[in-house]
Amino acid sequence: MLLRSAAFCFIAMLAPLAARAELALSGFVQQNTAFNTVAANPDGRRYKWMEERAQIKLDATGGAWRALAKGDLAYDHLGRGNESELREGYVDYAAGNWDMRVGRQVITWGLGDLVFVNDVFPKDHEALFAGRPMEYLKRGVDALKLGAYPAFGSFELVVSPGFRESRIPDAQRFRLYDPMPALTNRETLKPNQGDVGLRAYRDVAGYDAALYLYRGFQRTPSMRPDSRTAPTKITFFYPELSVYGASLSGRAGEGVVSLEAAYYDSRQDRAGSDFAVPNSQTRLLAGYQIQPVEDFSLGFQYYAELMHDYAAYLAAQPAGFPIDKRWNHTLTLRATQMLMHQTLRLSLYASYNTSNGDHFINPELRYSFTDRVWGAIGANFFGDKPWGQFGQLSRDDNMYLQVRYEF
Amino acid sequence: MKRWWMLFAVALLPLQALALSGEEAMKKSQAAFLYPGKDFKTRVMMKLINKDGQERVRELTMLRKNAGEPGGDQKYFMYFFQPADVKDMSFMIYKYPAKDDDRWLFIPAINMVKRIAAQDKRSSFVGSDFTYEDVSGRDIEDDNHVIEREEKVGNRDCYVVKSTPKGTDADFGHKFTWVDKANFLPLKEEQYDKRGNRYKLFSADEVANIKGFPTPVKRTMKNLQTGHRTEVTYVKTDYDLGIEDSLFSERYLRQPPRKWVD
Repeated sequence: MLLRSAAFCFIAMLAPLAARAELALSGFVQQNTAFNTVAANPDGRRYKWMEERAQIKLDATGGAWRALAKGDLAYDHLGRGNESELREGYVDYAAGNWDMRVGRQVITWGLGDLVFVNDVFPKDHEALFAGRPMEYLKRGVDALKLGAYPAFGSFELVVSPGFRESRIPDAQRFRLYDPMPALTNRETLKPNQGDVGLRAYRDVAGYDAALYLYRGFQRTPSMRPDSRTAPTKITFFYPELSVYGASLSGRAGEGVVSLEAAYYDSRQDRAGSDFAVPNSQTRLLAGYQIQPVEDFSLGFQYYAELMHDYAAYLAAQPAGFPIDKRWNHTLTLRATQMLMHQTLRLSLYASYNTSNGDHFINPELRYSFTDRVWGAIGANFFGDKPWGQFGQLSRDDNMYLQVRYEF
Repeated sequence: MKRWWMLFAVALLPLQALALSGEEAMKKSQAAFLYPGKDFKTRVMMKLINKDGQERVRELTMLRKNAGEPGGDQKYFMYFFQPADVKDMSFMIYKYPAKDDDRWLFIPAINMVKRIAAQDKRSSFVGSDFTYEDVSGRDIEDDNHVIEREEKVGNRDCYVVKSTPKGTDADFGHKFTWVDKANFLPLKEEQYDKRGNRYKLFSADEVANIKGFPTPVKRTMKNLQTGHRTEVTYVKTDYDLGIEDSLFSERYLRQPPRKWVD
């Protein structure tokens, strides 16, 4: 229904433009399968993903206007059935020193490689863990984006009338940590208001510098039982959040350095004493990327999270709940080797949390059979403590295949 | 038109009189090959052909703007049409003669602009037989240049310049460039690997005069050791279009203006 009305709006917006627009049609068909290598899913299936998908992309340009629609028709064989969706659908208007984009769009902020400091926009974590192509890591937001480009800097304002959450892995397919598994009476409350973000960026002495402001909500839900002693119901909700951040990137020695920091202001629990709401945090990221030899690149990241009201957090945490450390340190590595005239790509991404041992490893081999057909084979390995971000998925290790024909 | 030719001839006179050094010849060659016009636009059609004749196509629009005189800073903007998995990708280079370039890549799949490390000069350009240096130039000061002899390529009189890298970072051991004595375009280049074996062969297969600038609109780079070659054709090539400096920015990397990339 949403897809249909969005498509209708899109066509209606397109009409005045259609007369003199240049139209381009492209897309792909794809098969994507991921199978478990360690254990079956909680629902008993042995596959994390099995679907066929076709994407149609329509791109129309006329003068200062442009319209784009990217729609997927998809069928899931693991019980979800029709998974068709409007991935993106927007209209652009570009003037001399400002522009705007209205509609469903993917927005990515910040510099991290699978580490998110200032990228406050919704993601699809399930897509990442189930071996789907990288573009499915991001979910579009329905928003108005205004860009202003005066001489002294560039500005991007994003206003969403409605909140869109990140997609977390499905508990039928992944073993998510659940402190109260017996409690099945559950509800989810989504914020009934939108969010707003502002990014300002410019060159500072050869470095790309940016400031980020966000006022909205956590994209992943928190859980609150209706009673701490004898709960009968769990409510999932998205706590209020503001983020104030900055980033800097530029050349350093032979490579590129990326620095990013953000303060996560947990507005719903500034004292840090509500166990159901994440504590306020500082997030820090330092990354370095180099290309030591032809067609081989290496990327390193150090990422840290600091909890602000740690004493209040410790005091508020219910007995039996896992205790996070005050500081969380994570190291990541990405190595990419291109071969055979860049038609074969071998890559490895590894993330290791030195504070709790949590880890995630994703090797992948991708080959372009022709200019139109490529395939990828890869694996997702998770490990450590059953309540860690990746540790809870330690029995969800999987191998995946992606094959795509593009037109 | 005639007057221009006169000027051209007069300008050349003192150069013909003085013996040209290898370095001067390569400087002039770089100016003629990589710096003509204030700015430049072309659609690049690349065919990557393996020794069995199988082809892959890379198609992009390339824009260039000079900051000042030949040999100075340049900005490049590239927008990819083919193959399908890189369609809508765009790529920007700020090129500085004396230090490493700054490079940015826009990845449409996740709508992200990334700065990428660029110190490796040997890297292949989009998987072709051309390296980044072959596309946007190699610093003249990185090699010693000597005019070895004079020779014809077809019916064109050329200087044959031998260039030997001063350091060890080059893709080749040494190379010979056949520089057209009249317009200073490199018409042919032979690269030798570090063991002295013939390695790569460049040829300017067709030169067209566009707005008064002789431009190699067809060129080939062949790897003699693997038999793989890359054929490049420039179409819709033009100079001095008044490309604004603002084009070379994150804004347009994310949303390339149609009028420049078509």
